[in-house]
Amino acid sequence: MRELLELLKHDARRPAKELASMLNISEYEVEEKMAKLEKDKIILSYNTLINWDKTGENTVTSIIEVNLTPQREVGFDAIAERIYRFDEVRTVYLMSGSFDLLVIIEGKSMQDVANFVATRLATIEGVTQTRSHFLLKPYKKDGIIIDDKEKDRRLVMSI
Amino acid sequence: MTNWNDRISPIVKSVPPSGIRKFFDIASEMEDVISLGVGEPDFVTPWSIRESCVYGLEQGYTSYTANRGLLELREEICFMHKRRFELDYNPKTDVLVTVGVSEALDIAMRTILTPGDEILIPEPCYVSYKACATLAGGIPVPVPAKAENDFRITPADLEPHVSPKTKALLIGYPNNPTGAILSKEDLEAIARFAVKHDLIVISDEIYGDLTYGDTKHVCFAGLPEMKDRTILLNGFSKAYAMTGWRIGYALSNPDIIAAMTKIHQYTMLCAPITAQIAAVEALRHGEKYMRKMVSEYDKRRRLIYDGLQKAGLKCFEPKGAFYIFPDITSTGLSSEEFAEKILMQEHVALVPGNAFGECGEGFVRCSYATSIEQISEALLRIEHFVSHL
Repeated sequence: MRELLELLKHDARRPAKELASMLNISEYEVEEKMAKLEKDKIILSYNTLINWDKTGENTVTSIIEVNLTPQREVGFDAIAERIYRFDEVRTVYLMSGSFDLLVIIEGKSMQDVANFVATRLATIEGVTQTRSHFLLKPYKKDGIIIDDKEKDRRLVMSI
Repeated sequence: MTNWNDRISPIVKSVPPSGIRKFFDIASEMEDVISLGVGEPDFVTPWSIRESCVYGLEQGYTSYTANRGLLELREEICFMHKRRFELDYNPKTDVLVTVGVSEALDIAMRTILTPGDEILIPEPCYVSYKACATLAGGIPVPVPAKAENDFRITPADLEPHVSPKTKALLIGYPNNPTGAILSKEDLEAIARFAVKHDLIVISDEIYGDLTYGDTKHVCFAGLPEMKDRTILLNGFSKAYAMTGWRIGYALSNPDIIAAMTKIHQYTMLCAPITAQIAAVEALRHGEKYMRKMVSEYDKRRRLIYDGLQKAGLKCFEPKGAFYIFPDITSTGLSSEEFAEKILMQEHVALVPGNAFGECGEGFVRCSYATSIEQISEALLRIEHFVSHL
């Protein structure tokens, strides 16, 4: 299972036939295993990593440090849920250190994001402080170098 | 007019040129060629290794080193052999850092061979083996490994080729071009053979880190009583994707290493300091990157092994290096015809098996040190080619 997940992590579009060869199992078994992983919510989704800068589309990403007052019984979970239910919120992590939640928000403009933080996020009960950082340029995401200039420089044949 | 060719040493003339020149020239001109003919990793050297070299240059490490190599590199090499193979080499007397295994191979031959001495060389094998023996003044004695043994060499194969002049045996496993490995039992049999005929064994273990499945590489020098008899050659090119750095080493008894060092000091002086610094980093911190690359090769290996069989080509499962050696006799073509036709018709470059010795005829070498996408596409083309013959 670990091997199948590793393969899919690098390329979710790999045909079952190829996966079967590499794992030394049948195509049917590959499909069965994948269906089970999806059902068990081990595989949550098959995403595409997109370099939006090249599309000319404007998107703004903001990374927000959020401080909270934890609540009796539920700690941070209830407030975290009130935050992660918003469509604008892409990622939420509970953190150790000088702040509690790391929240990543995507919007169409800085105005858009600032507005969301000021009116929706900062006003949630239990949120005591927010610090927003706007993302300027991505260099590497999920293990992929965005503009990788290294290429195959080997001779076409060698003994 | 002077005929310069007449002035070239007959020994040099007797060494044949590379067996892939013709294919190389054609393939280089092709735009959409998929090459399974490359004998080096498709990975770039792991960044931490490259970065250590850059840092070394910034710090001004640009001088000669000791002839035998930086002591800290020799120490790391010995430490690794102790840790992995329980072998005790002394960094001061038993190690020589060389410019790739190629140099180590050359000076090992020059150190032990005198004119007329014979050295047994199992084939198919890396093309330099015979050439180096010849250039050293020795007589290479090719010993064909049998396809039905999956190209593993046995004492029974070797025995008929022994003569009173046989001085050494050269083994290269995991093997280029076949991907064959030798088990502990296979190697023990060879060790007994070496003792019986009192041979020096040169063991080229450059692909030693690249073994797959449950099979772990067995270091020949680690077998009982083999350490002093063996000249163990290894390097960083294949496992650490460092081919262009040209850095390798030889391990043996102090006498042989001292003699090899003599040739090395007069001809090479020392291996480049930049590559030596990088090699230290590779041994100290590079293993995890190396393991990751090996696991990548393993996936490709299984893909190509399965794919070639489905394309109708018989092959044994390679357990080491990054080559697979399918039998192409079912196509009715010779190795060279197969390689040439598939290059012209399907734009797939691979190396004819006979480039690695006569007994490689009927086979071709495919390297799977290339991306999964390229391998998949190559397999489609090979299947198309074989089914339309």
